[in-house]
Amino acid sequence: MSASTIVKLQDVRKTYQMGSVSVEVLRGISLEFLTGEYIAIMGPSGCGKSTMLNLLGCLDRPTTGQYLLDGKDVSQLEDDALSAIRGAKLGFIFQSYNLIQQLSVIENIEVPLYYQGRPEEESRETAVELAKMVGLESRLNHKPFELSGGQQQRVGIARALANDPLVILADEPTGNLDSSSGKDILNIFANLHERGKTIIMVTHDPGIAQLTTRVVRFCDGEVESDVRR
Amino acid sequence: MSDVKKDIKNLRREFQFSGQRLNRSMRLALKSLWLHRLRSLLTMLGIVFGVCSVIAMLAIGEGASSEAQDQIKNLGSLNIILRSAKPPEEQKVSNTQQNLVLDYGLTHLDLRRIENTIPGVSSVVPSRLIREYVWNATHRVDCEIVGTLPAYPEIRNQRVALGRFFTFRESETGANVCVLSGGMARMLFPTESPLGKDVRVSQDYYRVIGVMEAGAQLPGDATAQQGSSSIPVQRMFIPLAAARMQFGETLIKRRAGSFEAERVPLHEITVKAEDRNAVANVSLAIKDLLTRNHKKKDYEMIVPLELLKQAERTKQIFNIVLGSIAAISLLVGGIGIMNIMLANVTERTREIGIRRALGARRRDIVTQFLVEAVMLSGTGGLVGVMLGITLPFLVTHFAGMKTIVTFWSPMIAFSISAVIGIVFGLYPAMRAAEMDPVEALRHN
Repeated sequence: MSASTIVKLQDVRKTYQMGSVSVEVLRGISLEFLTGEYIAIMGPSGCGKSTMLNLLGCLDRPTTGQYLLDGKDVSQLEDDALSAIRGAKLGFIFQSYNLIQQLSVIENIEVPLYYQGRPEEESRETAVELAKMVGLESRLNHKPFELSGGQQQRVGIARALANDPLVILADEPTGNLDSSSGKDILNIFANLHERGKTIIMVTHDPGIAQLTTRVVRFCDGEVESDVRR
Repeated sequence: MSDVKKDIKNLRREFQFSGQRLNRSMRLALKSLWLHRLRSLLTMLGIVFGVCSVIAMLAIGEGASSEAQDQIKNLGSLNIILRSAKPPEEQKVSNTQQNLVLDYGLTHLDLRRIENTIPGVSSVVPSRLIREYVWNATHRVDCEIVGTLPAYPEIRNQRVALGRFFTFRESETGANVCVLSGGMARMLFPTESPLGKDVRVSQDYYRVIGVMEAGAQLPGDATAQQGSSSIPVQRMFIPLAAARMQFGETLIKRRAGSFEAERVPLHEITVKAEDRNAVANVSLAIKDLLTRNHKKKDYEMIVPLELLKQAERTKQIFNIVLGSIAAISLLVGGIGIMNIMLANVTERTREIGIRRALGARRRDIVTQFLVEAVMLSGTGGLVGVMLGITLPFLVTHFAGMKTIVTFWSPMIAFSISAVIGIVFGLYPAMRAAEMDPVEALRHN
């Protein structure tokens, strides 16, 4: 199986203007991720990990430099186009799950499909399937606050998979979980990796980084090391 | 050909799809509003009361004006009614000097002049009004005796319900016959038909030959003002000649501690113009004639057609006032919606961030919050319409006021409430859509 480049960053810089002071958070990042890679991004806080993840997730634009996602330059697209790309090609998993409180499990999973404009019955089927995959078929109509943290994060994973994304972006997905539910979540990630999904995960935990195939370390807005295993 | 077919198919699909989407956004909005039931309810109340009061006030206004117009129309739109009125200066004299005979009012000369000199007049009917008690055995009614001519019912749009009005012959000879108003007949003869019976006024007896239909009262009726205006004045009609013979021209009124005598030849003259266009000219000519012949203003002139026009103008002003009150109350309701939607947007910043991350465009966010605002105002409007339609019924039932709910007033009130949702929901929705997704996701 030949892996192709799915994410390509070329000298990406990000500068924030804080009043009269400008802070350069990313200082010329060049990276290339291949399909099927399971990548951990590590580094001390304030090193630019989150900014990196926002850029990769098309939630933000680089100040300079190029970002090619699936061969297409997305670095200077306008807002609506970025929304479309997020909806079609990316899946987000958050540390604090970020489920919508007034919606049930199944409805939360359906949200990305809704913005993709899928018909209702079709998205319902997809959502039920995904809920089964993460082991929540008995909780379809529960509200997020009725679930444990591990269950909520599984809903988050199912939601991230709903649009069958090219890249899954996870921001410390086990950060709020106890070790056993964290393990469950990581098992699902391993599963997804086996099935050929590209996963980019930000983590603090070296133990978790052990499970991935590539570890990128950031320091002060630059890539400190990039180890493939 | 197949292209066109395809286009139509696509179009239909798109249409179905947008319908489905709207349906889903509405369900979503309902869920979010349901999450804060009390807050949504309170916000809605502003619109509910606004819409309800608009419809109810319009209904009451419409009812009142239609009642007034009916009354005026009953007077006859071709008529000009002249009435004797006590001149204000004369009143002072009578207070200082007792037992003075007041001499004022319309005269027989006036009557003849109007009849003979003014063009465009089709008929003229004079009447004398005498306040007296009318008896049937022990039944007594405080009544206004109207001495008049046989043309009276026709010119004043009143009909005889039972029996007949008096004839020319009876009028000429001053026969002691009378026609009672409906209410009076019931009071004097509660159990039997009054026809052919006699009623007594002081020492004289009158034979009842007819009963009138219940007619409308003149607004601001000289005699109605004395009593409670809600109780209709009872009338008994007798030939003018009989009235002159029995009561003379000098009437004595007993007042606390003093007597007061008035000499009034005619109390009322009803002039009927030939057609609507003549009314203005005839009324001008009469005014002219009377000012020339009366030194004091001891008469008043009522022109129903002018009153009608006035009533219409009053109604217009009333509607403008109501409209502004309605606009203000709906504005307040709209501000309430805007306020709550702004709080809503701030509170749900994170949800907005999540939705944006999952592929929602700005326009999707605008739609979501706009639908919520419109549902708030629309539901409020609907409830308001229902209340606004019921309230006039209750007013009619309990307060006895006439109300008319026109077909368009609920329509307009409801559409305005929906528009308010859009107008006042737009700004909060735009604020929601303009949030930076990264910032929104970081928000707690």
